[in-house]
Amino acid sequence: MRSRGNNLVFTVILVFFILGLIALALGGYMTPVSRLFVNPIISAQTWISSRVQAFQTLLSSPQDLTVLRQRNTELEAEVSRLQTEIIELKQQIAETRILSALVDFARVNPEYSYVAAAVIGRDPSPFVKYAIINRGSDDGLRRGMPVVTQQGLVGRIAAVTAGAARVQLITDPASVINVRIEPSRAQASLFGDITGELALEMVPQSASVQIGDLVLTSGLGGNYPPNILIGQVTNIRKLETDLFQSGVVQAVVDFNNLEIVLIIINFTPVDVNPLIPTPAVP
Amino acid sequence: MIPTLAAFPILVALLIVQSAVVNRFPLLNGSPDLVLLAISAWALQKRVKNAYVWAMIGALLVGLMSALPFGSVLIGYFITVALALLLRKRVWQMPILAMFVTIFVGTFLCLLIDFIALRIVGVALPINIVFNQTILPSLLLNLVLAAPVYVIFGDLAGFLYPMELEM
Repeated sequence: MRSRGNNLVFTVILVFFILGLIALALGGYMTPVSRLFVNPIISAQTWISSRVQAFQTLLSSPQDLTVLRQRNTELEAEVSRLQTEIIELKQQIAETRILSALVDFARVNPEYSYVAAAVIGRDPSPFVKYAIINRGSDDGLRRGMPVVTQQGLVGRIAAVTAGAARVQLITDPASVINVRIEPSRAQASLFGDITGELALEMVPQSASVQIGDLVLTSGLGGNYPPNILIGQVTNIRKLETDLFQSGVVQAVVDFNNLEIVLIIINFTPVDVNPLIPTPAVP
Repeated sequence: MIPTLAAFPILVALLIVQSAVVNRFPLLNGSPDLVLLAISAWALQKRVKNAYVWAMIGALLVGLMSALPFGSVLIGYFITVALALLLRKRVWQMPILAMFVTIFVGTFLCLLIDFIALRIVGVALPINIVFNQTILPSLLLNLVLAAPVYVIFGDLAGFLYPMELEM
């Protein structure tokens, strides 16, 4: 009986003690005491946790490395693909700009019908200046048709196959074009040169030609339609002893970066050779 | 038969590269002649027997694509191959030297023949400008490419004409 009574008293004291501790804790009076106990526990738990994490990383890192390398390879491939796509899109933008400019040229000159073609090569010989385009007789192209860009005259078709054509550039040494110089309206001849320059010849001595004057096709001779821009006079030489003035013309077309051209398909060159009188045979 | 047929794809590929790529990057007005380099390197290989056929096919292809008079290309290539075959017998211990000599003389002769042919058909080409700005740069470019082209065609000849083993 006594033992049971002692237990009851002990239990009551314990309950009161616990309630007292709770009351002290709720009142904030136990914080310094709890800090004394809790801080070493937290430190120990942190230390153990960090060691466990390190060990876990050590065990799992080879797998992660393989996965990361695979992912890295995939991402590098993706970057390469996107870079290729960017280059292709830039190319398309450049082509679109050229085509847009060509369409503008066609709008400004509605009297002609055009076929667009891409320049796919140059003549293998360094002596001649020809370009090869990817349109031929199947597209309605014929020998002698003028070739232009939005900037000005390029040349004319010299030979045609079913799917391609060879264009004689105005810079070819065999090219001769009858031109008109503006604003003086003087008539002259423009010769191609192996260096790629354009030589202005047969300019009348009486003509007042200045540097910067525009050079356009005159239409004489029937090889080219009139009023197509060719370039600007960059040099003029006038000697009293010469019959004609001569000069150099800077072409408006950049022949080194020729990509897309327009062929005027409704212009038929006129062969004036039968009209040229031949000297009578004695 | 196969070495002769191989001339078509190889020379066509070289001509396309020359027309579409190489000629866009000239040195002054000069540019290398890949077809001439190929037929010269081919003619200098010991076991090759169809060098003239390659020259004819090359001239045909260039003649089709170029505005040059066809005969001038053919004559130039045939002379170059004849020179290569002559040097192959005489300078057999130093084939790379024979290649350089063939390319030097062959390029010069081919360009000279083209120049004369163009003058005959009425194209006014000033000789001093042609020599300084076309012939000399083309010579230099062909000589630069001579050694690698010779090595490549040496391998090709070894592939198309395998050594016969005597038992």
